[in-house]
Amino acid sequence: MNDAPPLLHIRGVAKTFGAVRALRSADLEVRAGEAHALMGANGAGKSTLVKIITGVFSADAGEMTLAGQPVAFRSPAEARRAGIVSVYQDPAIVPDLTVAQNMRLARVPTDKVKAAMRDLGVERIDLRTVARDVDFALLRLIDLARALASDPRILMLDEITAALPADLSERVFKVVRDFRSRGASVIFISHRMAEIAMLCDRATVLRDGVTVGVTPTKGAEETIVNLMLGSDVAKATTAPAARPETAHGGPALEVKDLSYGHALRGVSFRVNRGEVLGVAALEGQGQEELFDCIAGVRRADAGEVRAEGHVLKLRHPADAIRAGLVLVPANRLVSLLPQRSVQENVALAAFGRLRSWGPIAVGEERRRVDMAVRKLQIDTRAAAEVRRLSGGNMQKVVIARWIAAGFKTLLCFDPTRGIDIGTKKQIYALMREIADQGLSVLLFTSELPEIRLACDRAIVLFGGRISGEMPAAEADEARLLRAAHGLIHAEAAALA
Amino acid sequence: MTDAAARNTGSPWRALARAGRFLGMPLLLAASLAATVAVHPDFGSFEIQSLALGALPLALAAAAQAIVVISGGIDLSIGSMIAVSNVLSASLMQHADFRQSLALSIVVLIAGAGQGLLNGLVVAFSRIPDVVATLTTGFIWGGVALLILERPGGGAPAAYLNIGAGADFWPWLPNALVVMIAAIAAIWLPIRLSRIGLLIYAAGSDPVAAFRSGVNVMRARTIAYVFSGIACAVGGMALTMTTGIGAPLAGAYYTLSSVAAVVIGGVSLAGGRGGMVGPVIAALLLTLAPMVLVFLGIDPNYGQVIQGTLIVLVVMIAGLFAFLQERK
Repeated sequence: MNDAPPLLHIRGVAKTFGAVRALRSADLEVRAGEAHALMGANGAGKSTLVKIITGVFSADAGEMTLAGQPVAFRSPAEARRAGIVSVYQDPAIVPDLTVAQNMRLARVPTDKVKAAMRDLGVERIDLRTVARDVDFALLRLIDLARALASDPRILMLDEITAALPADLSERVFKVVRDFRSRGASVIFISHRMAEIAMLCDRATVLRDGVTVGVTPTKGAEETIVNLMLGSDVAKATTAPAARPETAHGGPALEVKDLSYGHALRGVSFRVNRGEVLGVAALEGQGQEELFDCIAGVRRADAGEVRAEGHVLKLRHPADAIRAGLVLVPANRLVSLLPQRSVQENVALAAFGRLRSWGPIAVGEERRRVDMAVRKLQIDTRAAAEVRRLSGGNMQKVVIARWIAAGFKTLLCFDPTRGIDIGTKKQIYALMREIADQGLSVLLFTSELPEIRLACDRAIVLFGGRISGEMPAAEADEARLLRAAHGLIHAEAAALA
Repeated sequence: MTDAAARNTGSPWRALARAGRFLGMPLLLAASLAATVAVHPDFGSFEIQSLALGALPLALAAAAQAIVVISGGIDLSIGSMIAVSNVLSASLMQHADFRQSLALSIVVLIAGAGQGLLNGLVVAFSRIPDVVATLTTGFIWGGVALLILERPGGGAPAAYLNIGAGADFWPWLPNALVVMIAAIAAIWLPIRLSRIGLLIYAAGSDPVAAFRSGVNVMRARTIAYVFSGIACAVGGMALTMTTGIGAPLAGAYYTLSSVAAVVIGGVSLAGGRGGMVGPVIAALLLTLAPMVLVFLGIDPNYGQVIQGTLIVLVVMIAGLFAFLQERK
């Protein structure tokens, strides 16, 4: 079997978006009848590679062959005609059409879909139901049934089991195994090591846009984690913990059993006064929803948020801001007024406290803004329009706004994404300084080494639950990554 | 699991909501007509005929807008396209006989389809938002209308102008209504009953999901614009029938009124939701409202304020229902 040419062969594929090199040289080889896992940490280039295979993007360089023939798809429709079909994390089902119409849309014969739905145990869904009225988890199975019914040569499953109950996941695995036994291949993308070991034969690991290894999956969890980490792992583990255990005050922010749809399922933790609590997670494990719920941007379905011991009613960001919970969101431009000056942007949040009615107290405003700008060392050469600042300086303006307005807990969502190293260091130092003043910080970062540099303690989210908690001194990259893949179960159980 | 599946097979509440979606607009029209008779007991078959004739161009404008809005766009050039086919038909048919004018109607239809196609191509290839793209093409079509006919004039044979007048079948079934239903059915049913309709609804409902299902979203939306152009061509000819002449600036009213009709008629501006019955009935209601205000002896200037307020209220109530449905 190994002598046969691979069904799908990708060599040296590269893709650049503006200044970002998402893929530098990705290789992938999928044999006929194989289940192949595609793995990598955040930003390793998995989703870009998948989108190139399915024709959503075109590659800048490299080659792809399907059954020995060179191919380059220009649209998902073309890839579909060649027998490559994918099932995404958010189902590609059009909400205003009925289930049956969605099948017709992809030109899939209804009787085959019905057979696949029977295999998946969801045959009781009425095909005349409008997709909008169907449960999210079932929609994904309908999407899978539709993909199976089109008899693909290669089926791509992107986090297919996320948010699926265990019994449905079992059925999915059974159906996927049957599908393979008919000689078709599966590319499986998942963060769940257990599933990969159970379902897949081999795994390809990407790091920083490069394929760094191909390994059989059986008993290779450690190998895979080490491949994902690369040589940085040694460096990270030897770095000393930067500071002694901080003597903490009482709780500044307590979150209890917070739930939001499928994204958050009973998250509880606390941030103490004078503490920086790090949050680590892979993409889409509920971190966005967690920050949004605490900041009043989204309304949680259940659970409690307490600030300084008081239960909060969070219906609007203003409720959170009044309680001293302020958000620095992932997308800086969301919270800035790009055409206005640094002065106005910084003063915006402070207006409420300066004077509600009548003219703005200009002197007071200027004094506070100057204080915040100096403190953050914002480069004010382009201060007339915030949009002309660099990313790092924009980020500082967002933080400066809250320094000027005053807060109790700063909710920082990935504040250093796409920022130069010098500014990153300033931001870490600032977090430290905020904490030393007795305030607190909740910091999500997609760059795991930052947890040790900036935090006192870390929690890890996996599938909407807390899968690990550790002091920053122990939060090396390997340990965080294991927890982020749900591999540390004992600790999660101990927390619950 | 079985519970979840059972939940999706539909409850009596869902059935009721669905029935409401189908019956709501006809009931609203019936109630409005009853109210009209209450304030103006002389309201009879003649008034029904003038209502249908008056609503004919707006009904086609609403149909044109509905097709585009369902596909996920919005067409702000509808008024100008109606003006173009209005002046084109009035200048071409001025000295024609009835049979020639019917043949010339086909020329006007082709011109409408061409304008719609250009709208669609601009939207698809430039990736400029629909609002901006069709606002600018609307300026162009407005200029074209002035080039064809500088000042109101032209005309068409009497037989052609009288297609929509009177009631040949039954006094309460005006010819204008028959023309309205026939024309809109001729445009809409081929879409609705074929794969094109599926693609248009899919493109408007969730372009990303549609794209991933293998739909060429931009092509689907371009097709929607072509059908919109054809409906506008019929609307422009209907305007020729009702006014007897071509007027290069007569279309302006139809752009925003078509948007109002579409929204009142239950088509979501977000795309992918709604049908054709709602917007057409809404066009009748929007034509009936000023008539009723005249019957009530209200100053027409107040009339416009009242009409606007009613539209806002209806849209808010529709929005409230949509919001409640989302929350569930």
